[in-house]
Amino acid sequence: MEDNAVLQMRNIHKSFPGVKALSGVDFTLRKGEIHALMGENGAGKSTLIKVLTGVYTKDEGHIYLDGHEKEVQVRSPQEAQKLGISPVYQEITLCPNLSVAENMYIGRTPGAVQNWRKMNKDADKLLKSLDIPAKATQQLSTCSLAVQQMIAIARAVDTDCKVLILDEPTSSLDEQEVEKLFKLMRDLRGRGVGIIFVTHFLDQVYEVCDRITVMRDGCLVGEYEIKDLPRVQLVSKMLGKELDDLSDIQGEYKSYERKEGELPVFEVEQLYSNAGIKPFDFHIDKGEVNGFTGLLGSGRSECVRAIFGADRVLGGKVKKNGKPIKISKPIDAMRQGIGYLPEDRKRDGIVGDLSVRDNIILAQQVLRGFLKPYSRAEADKIADEYIKLLNIKTASADTPIKSLSGGNQQKVILARWLLTHPEYLILDEPTRGIDVGTKVDIQKLVLKLASEGMSVTFISSEMDEMLRTCSRLIVMRDRRVVGELTGSDLNQTSIMSTIAGGDK
Amino acid sequence: MQTNETKNAGVSGFFGRMIRKQVMIPLAALLLLFLFNLIMDPSFFKIELGYNSAGNPVLSGFLITILDSGSELAILAIGMTLVTAATGGQDISVGATTAIAGSVLLRVLCGTNSRPETLQAPIIVAFLAACVVAMLFGAFNGVLVAVFKIQPMIATLILYTAGRSIAAWINNNELPVVSDESLTYFGEFIPGIPIPTPFFIAVACMIVIGLVLKFTNLRLYTQAVGINENSSKLNGLNPVFIKILSFVILGLCVAVVGLIKVARISTINYSVIAKDIEMDAILAVALGGNALSGGKFNMTASIIGAYVIQCLTTTLYKFQVRSDALPAYKAIVVIVLVIVSAPVVREKFNAFMAKRKVKEAA
Amino acid sequence: MKRKLVSALVCAAMVATVLAGCGNSSSDTASTDAAATEETATDDAAAEDTAAEDTAASGDLIKVGIINNDPNESGYRTANDADMKAMFTEENGYDASFAYSLKNDEQITAAQKFIQDGVDYLLLSAADTAGWDSVLMDAQAAGTRVILFDRTIDADPSLYEASIVSDMEAEGQTAVEWLAGQGLDEYNIIHIQGVMGSAAQQGRTKAVDEMVAANDNWNLVTQQTAEWNAEKAQQIVQSVIDSGQEFNVIYAENDDMAKGAVAALDKANISHGVDGDVIIMGFDTNTWALEELLAGNWNYDGQCNPYQASYIDEVIKTIESGGTIEEKTIIMEEKGFDAETITQEDIDTYGI
Repeated sequence: MEDNAVLQMRNIHKSFPGVKALSGVDFTLRKGEIHALMGENGAGKSTLIKVLTGVYTKDEGHIYLDGHEKEVQVRSPQEAQKLGISPVYQEITLCPNLSVAENMYIGRTPGAVQNWRKMNKDADKLLKSLDIPAKATQQLSTCSLAVQQMIAIARAVDTDCKVLILDEPTSSLDEQEVEKLFKLMRDLRGRGVGIIFVTHFLDQVYEVCDRITVMRDGCLVGEYEIKDLPRVQLVSKMLGKELDDLSDIQGEYKSYERKEGELPVFEVEQLYSNAGIKPFDFHIDKGEVNGFTGLLGSGRSECVRAIFGADRVLGGKVKKNGKPIKISKPIDAMRQGIGYLPEDRKRDGIVGDLSVRDNIILAQQVLRGFLKPYSRAEADKIADEYIKLLNIKTASADTPIKSLSGGNQQKVILARWLLTHPEYLILDEPTRGIDVGTKVDIQKLVLKLASEGMSVTFISSEMDEMLRTCSRLIVMRDRRVVGELTGSDLNQTSIMSTIAGGDK
Repeated sequence: MQTNETKNAGVSGFFGRMIRKQVMIPLAALLLLFLFNLIMDPSFFKIELGYNSAGNPVLSGFLITILDSGSELAILAIGMTLVTAATGGQDISVGATTAIAGSVLLRVLCGTNSRPETLQAPIIVAFLAACVVAMLFGAFNGVLVAVFKIQPMIATLILYTAGRSIAAWINNNELPVVSDESLTYFGEFIPGIPIPTPFFIAVACMIVIGLVLKFTNLRLYTQAVGINENSSKLNGLNPVFIKILSFVILGLCVAVVGLIKVARISTINYSVIAKDIEMDAILAVALGGNALSGGKFNMTASIIGAYVIQCLTTTLYKFQVRSDALPAYKAIVVIVLVIVSAPVVREKFNAFMAKRKVKEAA
Repeated sequence: MKRKLVSALVCAAMVATVLAGCGNSSSDTASTDAAATEETATDDAAAEDTAAEDTAASGDLIKVGIINNDPNESGYRTANDADMKAMFTEENGYDASFAYSLKNDEQITAAQKFIQDGVDYLLLSAADTAGWDSVLMDAQAAGTRVILFDRTIDADPSLYEASIVSDMEAEGQTAVEWLAGQGLDEYNIIHIQGVMGSAAQQGRTKAVDEMVAANDNWNLVTQQTAEWNAEKAQQIVQSVIDSGQEFNVIYAENDDMAKGAVAALDKANISHGVDGDVIIMGFDTNTWALEELLAGNWNYDGQCNPYQASYIDEVIKTIESGGTIEEKTIIMEEKGFDAETITQEDIDTYGI
């Protein structure tokens, strides 16, 4: 037992039907430290936190608090709160129409009687001591997001908090707000609170944290002092690639070269949207396959969404074959010959209750317009054609798409966009959560389409896949483009060092 | 939604396929009502050709009454189905907006005099005016729902509350009476044709919506928006427009209903015209097996649902059940429908069926 | 933001409702005002009358607060409201404020406001019979006198000065007596009722029920509520016709429902009215209904007198001049019209 450990989790196991979410994870948090919990999608960060806060019950393992020998049982969020474990989530879970003080003390008064004056006085005192610029009687919704976040933290630490969990607290804040939040975090660290900080922003980790725990695929990769772990090492550990044996995995697809005198098919300058990305430049040539890469939350999806007009575009220029065009909503992009397969298939891609047939023809029907529906016979013909072409496994074209497997759903969405015969196809995580066979099919298809002259932007969390398909990679970190790799630079080492940035 | 393929061969397979057809839900209800009437009193099915007081041939009998009186509901069910599909909510202001449409119609027909000797404007002009007004009110509801993202029931509560007063205001609170025969053609009979005109109007509406659904993308767009708004947007649709459109179409249906209602009695009573019809229209959609949470819809089933409700009403009148007890019977139907369509019940039912299948196999 | 918007919209809707109500009423007042000014301008004698009245009220206007049901409710209510507006004007020595609602609690709120404003008289047509005691006690404490019109309430008679009402039972009685006087061998009646539980329905139904119970040759073919709704009445009668039952009287508890019933008869070519097979009876003396009588399409229409204003005026005058009200419940005179005797003059006088 370490003396100054405020929280120790030992050998934590947790399974869900069909998935082993955590296997034998250890985690130690010391008094007065800010401890980053890092990992890519599916690493098990949120499961670990939910076990700690009593949302999930662990299958196996032990949790100790304050260095006590006796383990504690956390059966519910209320118990966690009582034990001094307070989470503050990304989505602010306060009531915007109540006052600041009410938000801080709501549900915490023992009896039915509330002493309002005392409550407001206490709240003001606490806000002042934490240097949070808000008044107790102010309505919460009049505070900025950062201040709301801080109030949520104030609420959390006021309950005799030993362990404060901050889950992506900075994702909707601007830089100055982040600074204020960090000041508060450092202040709390000075008071001996242990803080678990979950974030996707590498810079922030290196700015504010003392220690890092890295997880991958439900397992602990390791715990490191911040000074012992250079960024590129961190990235390699998160992605699960050892730096030593990386350099030999090279892109298989030879670099693409633009033909003499040809303009890029699509080109954007200083484009940015309301999704929080920094203005970026980008272009794609005819028949080229390129990709956006970066860690989760680095802004790669937001970039392509901005190109497609899926988010509200706030500024920048778009050109097609050198001529300026305007894309403010998806239909504009579609009319310009762009197709977009979204990252979240379930939320943004499929229309669950509709048949496979309707899902295939949807985009093309929108393009053709209100008055030109396909006849049933035409629709059947198209559906059958694409079901065969992409080898979609479905009982019939009439089957609702939601009853298909993930991979087949993805193929249907792909068919939807192929049917529109786009000049430029954006595929955002087309292979996530689908079986290996389908993955290879999709990669092959992408290369085939490119050889036929279609331009494709390919985004994937799996670096191998990107290297295999893309001839140019745009690297993103913390919502800005930080580099572009082509030719011999297309290897894992250079990708990771570009992602990591800063020191090498 | 039953998705797993049952491989039961023969009769049970056929039966399974049949009961899975959505249109079977209202048809079964209709059949049940017919069966009940057949047993209790077969004269229910008698249709006679007689003459009305103007000497024109008319058909009469309970079935004709159902077809006649059910017309308004069937027409409203069309619009309500679209609104339900696109927004996942219902418009509860259709009764009140029917009063508005009827009031506009009479206002144009009567001019400033509430009891004119002759019509002050052709009926078609008055009807078009009513259409425009009803569609505007529909658009108002649609904007509240689609742009301001207010729950449809809450948004339409505004007109539900204010609509009848607005209707009264349009005619300066007077009750215009039209003495011209030609208006009654739309609510009763066209001389020489023994089938009630409202039925023809309803059929015309059905044909129109049938053609629209066949020759436009209305069905696909509406369903896509109702099922997954995000996805629809990313496929180039404009969900706001589609939702408003559905309310405007409902507005058009309301105007037609206003015409029929006013033509039936050649006058209007703002406080009772089309009273509680919104609940029947919503019930028709539900009886048609359509999810009230929106998404996929079956127009035919909704329309049959409307006639089922009218059949229930007429049956209860026939057996002299107190008509103020009618809502209670409808409530029973609603309760049964809601329970049957509740996810919990469906899960249990599916689990039960699966278990039975296992037993059968063993 | 969204919530604010919703509330703003709901407010807008309410304003619209009020405006719709006021829109008509203001046009009413406008016309009566115009009539009144015309009167004073052209007729000196009339001016003297007004002066006399003014002195009776010792030169000051009598403040009255009038709480009524929504004038859109029915033609009856519209006529009633117009009558009140025409009577309680400044020319007649009154300073009147109006409040409309179909809901009891809103009416009670309005009453409390009037009492606070210090009105001399509170005129009340209550939406509901119960729940008025405490407000009326407040009124008594504040020296506000209360006069009920059109509808009674469940409260101690000491809490109000007078109650001017229609006797619905008497209306029903008059109608049924008229019907008995027709001397049919057999009475097979389709009885179409109003909204169940309303005073008008109860009163008008009672007489029929008693008669049917007492006489073997009086039968109810059907007794159904059409809830004052013409279409429902039409469906009810249609249903009787479709099932082939014999009937020779339609007793509808208001004119709208009688109209709906007649529409069903016309469709089936069943003659009605004077010299017809079926006797048609309605209530409320709508102008158009009386015209049906005059044309011989209907047989009888019972009055439900909406003109209480003159009765109220009389009560107030008596109290102001120091007199006492002997009988608290004042029942208005109400007529029944027969198609064979009705004249155009009757229509002009009593039609609403």
